[in-house]
Amino acid sequence: MATQHSRSAARLMMAPAVMLLLGWMLVPLIMTLYFSFKKYLPMRGGDLGWVGFENYARFVTSSAFWPSVYTTLVIVGGVLLITVVLGVFLAVLLNQPMWGQGVVRILVIAPFFVMPTVSALVWKNMFMDPNYGLLAHLWEFFGAQPVEWLSKASMTSIITIVSWQWLPFATLILLTAIQSLDSEQLEAAEMDGASAPKRFAYITLPHLGRAITVVILIQTIFLLSIFAEIFVTTGGAFGTKTLSYLIFQRVLESQNVGLGSAGGVYAIILANIVAIFLMRIVGKNLDA
Amino acid sequence: MKRTYGALLGACATIAFASVAAAETITIATVNNGDMIRMQGLTDDFTAKTGHEVEWVTLEENVLRQRVTTDISTKGGAFDIMTIGMYETPIWGANGWLVALDDLSPEYDAADILPAMAGGLSHEGTLYAAPFYGESSMIMYRTDLMEKAGLEMPEAPTWTFIREAAAAMTDRANDVNGICLRGKAGWGEGGAFITAMSNSFGARWFDMDWNAQFDTQPWKDTLEFFVGMMSESGPAGYATNGFNENLSLFQQGKCGMWIDATVAASFVTNPNDSTVADSVGFALAPDNGLGKRSNWLWAWALAIPAGSQKEAAAKQFIEWATSKDYIELVAANEGWANVPPGARTSLYENPNYMEVPFAKMTLDSILSADPNNSTVEESPYVGVQFAAIPEFAGIATEVSQEFSAVYAGQQTVDEALAKAQAITNDAMEAAGYK
Amino acid sequence: MARAVTTQRKIINTAAAWAVGLAIFFPILWTILTSFKTEAQAIADPPLFLGFDWTLENYSVVMERSDYAKYLWNSIIIAGGSTLLGIIIAVPAAWSMAFVPSKRTKDILMWMLSTKMLPAVGVLYPIYLLFIKLGILDSKIGLVIVLMLINLPIIVWMLYTYFKEIPGEILEAARMDGATLKEEVIYILTPMAIPGIASTILLNVILAWNEAFWTLNLTAAKAAPLTAFIASYSSPEGLFYAKLSAASTMAIAPILILGWFSQKQLVSGLTFGAVK
Repeated sequence: MATQHSRSAARLMMAPAVMLLLGWMLVPLIMTLYFSFKKYLPMRGGDLGWVGFENYARFVTSSAFWPSVYTTLVIVGGVLLITVVLGVFLAVLLNQPMWGQGVVRILVIAPFFVMPTVSALVWKNMFMDPNYGLLAHLWEFFGAQPVEWLSKASMTSIITIVSWQWLPFATLILLTAIQSLDSEQLEAAEMDGASAPKRFAYITLPHLGRAITVVILIQTIFLLSIFAEIFVTTGGAFGTKTLSYLIFQRVLESQNVGLGSAGGVYAIILANIVAIFLMRIVGKNLDA
Repeated sequence: MKRTYGALLGACATIAFASVAAAETITIATVNNGDMIRMQGLTDDFTAKTGHEVEWVTLEENVLRQRVTTDISTKGGAFDIMTIGMYETPIWGANGWLVALDDLSPEYDAADILPAMAGGLSHEGTLYAAPFYGESSMIMYRTDLMEKAGLEMPEAPTWTFIREAAAAMTDRANDVNGICLRGKAGWGEGGAFITAMSNSFGARWFDMDWNAQFDTQPWKDTLEFFVGMMSESGPAGYATNGFNENLSLFQQGKCGMWIDATVAASFVTNPNDSTVADSVGFALAPDNGLGKRSNWLWAWALAIPAGSQKEAAAKQFIEWATSKDYIELVAANEGWANVPPGARTSLYENPNYMEVPFAKMTLDSILSADPNNSTVEESPYVGVQFAAIPEFAGIATEVSQEFSAVYAGQQTVDEALAKAQAITNDAMEAAGYK
Repeated sequence: MARAVTTQRKIINTAAAWAVGLAIFFPILWTILTSFKTEAQAIADPPLFLGFDWTLENYSVVMERSDYAKYLWNSIIIAGGSTLLGIIIAVPAAWSMAFVPSKRTKDILMWMLSTKMLPAVGVLYPIYLLFIKLGILDSKIGLVIVLMLINLPIIVWMLYTYFKEIPGEILEAARMDGATLKEEVIYILTPMAIPGIASTILLNVILAWNEAFWTLNLTAAKAAPLTAFIASYSSPEGLFYAKLSAASTMAIAPILILGWFSQKQLVSGLTFGAVK
């Protein structure tokens, strides 16, 4: 089908998108690489010359580095786990016959429309505040000591907030996938006496494999760089400093652009490790 | 006839010129504090007087800092006036990033600015930002609870007294905490408080060779005292309480004492917002008998980035917003208790203002803080609750995060101090001090 | 669905689904409710659910303090503009990937997605400097371009998966009839892909609307969208829950309404190639 002519036309059509993204990737990447080898302190006169790999060494030996990688992975992993598990549950639930299905769906996907800054502010102040938050009132109602969410359960809190934001996305994709499941297959299995858990495990879940992969892929990309949720809630305190937050501290709070840029390069490396890992799975699962 | 024409032409030219000058629109970045929002509301007065329009970019403090710092260090020119503090001003002024405010009009009376404020907003004697309001910190306490505890607050209490009084006032069953203090991470939040407090314990950030001093006894004493007192008498979750959280706790009657910015005095005595408005007393921030008190010095000030295309209009705005007339304007609209405090000497000579209950204590607090000599042992930096070096904000934020983790019970004082020491020395080394 | 469902089961499903749905929606509902309270009622103990004096005061305070219309307009232009520009650039690319695939198509797709993994804050300074040089700091066009670039990989990928579902035979038949490439794309492909394009647009408008790093850091007074509007209410002095709630409601309402009206599109359209 693909003639020489259509091949070159195809290249031409792909060109704008590819060139733009190449530029969007290369320009910042080259500038980041450039700065990462410089002692660049905006507050002290800017460019203070080349320093070789000093920034790289300093960034990676900082006591905050490995904890930040760990924090990043825990947040990404935690949110993925929660959104996929709950997403499958919700997709199955929402696919059942019921009254008011449309309205329920709207309620479930609504958090996706809320800006990350707003949802972090709302959760932090109106739910997790140890004095005025609703959760504190709830705990008190049951006679328990209110939890100091953002300091003593900081990671749980952030994972909760981010999961709340991304659950709708997971649910939407999984729901679409579940709707395409052949109901006759399920009925046949039911006739054969397969129990509900069995039907779920052997028919529904395998069918959702691809959708789960997609959810994991897309969410990982977004979750690796979450920022607003941490900036607004803990400001990186109480062990919630992710790698991108650490870079923010180096670049903006410490005004050390060289050091931050080296951190940026590490973040790119981490992202690529995760990406290769993902592509292994996705590549298998997404073969069209 | 000809002359008339000439005069007319001249008049036209003047009008044309005036209207060109009047067409300026200046962009101002500011923080979302009550006084600033009030200023925003009064902008019409400025426009009526000068013809210049103002566009506001009002941001929460942390976002504002991030935003204006990026812009000034890249010479972005997105703002004609920036709201900055006593920390940024001398550093930016030294870098040549700000327009010197050394040619303000005689009516403005720059000599009237409180010397402590002018000093903190200058570099080598040149003023680079005009104070909109200035503050120190002091004790605000509940006179009724103090009386109930059978105690009397001295004018200038010691930390020992404060700790005892806090314990005596605490009544957890009725949701009353003896003392509310900042524990929130961030150099301008809990970091500012603990640094000012450490001064009174004889601690300092750096020795004369810029070595971090967290391995010294005074720091250990400071933190242990703070943590001990807060666990006896502080509110639950104080590790995340900053200025605003404590303000609302105090206003809701949940604190016996609160040591914080003097500007809070007008909020806690305002019956519209505060349930305890008529029973608040004031005292100087505590000391330890070492000659330094634990109060800080701060100002929110307006500055013009160098290279601004609208320098003249921007100067006019600064003269308007930080003038004596502006204070009168606010007093006429909102009463004397709500005028921006702490910037001008004449305000504290005004009998109307001195009737305000917290006016004198505010002035005394401001006068007792000396940025050039804030520590018991000699230190190489300027600033009371900060060190005016570019690296400080980043370092102190990380250090205060370690401290907050102590407040939340996640690590010990010794662990936090060891980390603080390493963080600070590492950052100082990266910046080229060693 | 020939299977009869017992009423009992339907009742259980309904109850469970509504309970879960309301729980998930609750934070938004609570924000909206709080926006109609006074500041004192907003922190009342015990919390007030419906039994309070409804007031519009917070909204009038917010309207007076901020030029909401300006922020809203900027958000609309930036989110809409970046999405449309992205679609225009992505349609040809996705078409060629779907219908003239080469060995590298998949690699290119993955590479495109990987450009999204650059941590934004690490490149703030370079991008800021670039924006100054180009004179597009605090301009809507600058943000339209940046957000378009950020979302382009997602747009391309979504469109690619929709296009792939269109049987190649139809295109071949059209070609036999002498349709040119242009006609083929405009008259055959696009109409068939409209549902897919619609949900792509929706998703990307949402993503662009909610983007809070670049929209905040590259704007000042002129191009600032609703994310900047929120930043002026996030933690001022004094009690602020009610005003924050009002501002939050105003910031999310437009996109929430759009989302609700298009919920069907989203539910059936958001496949990312997950459904064969």
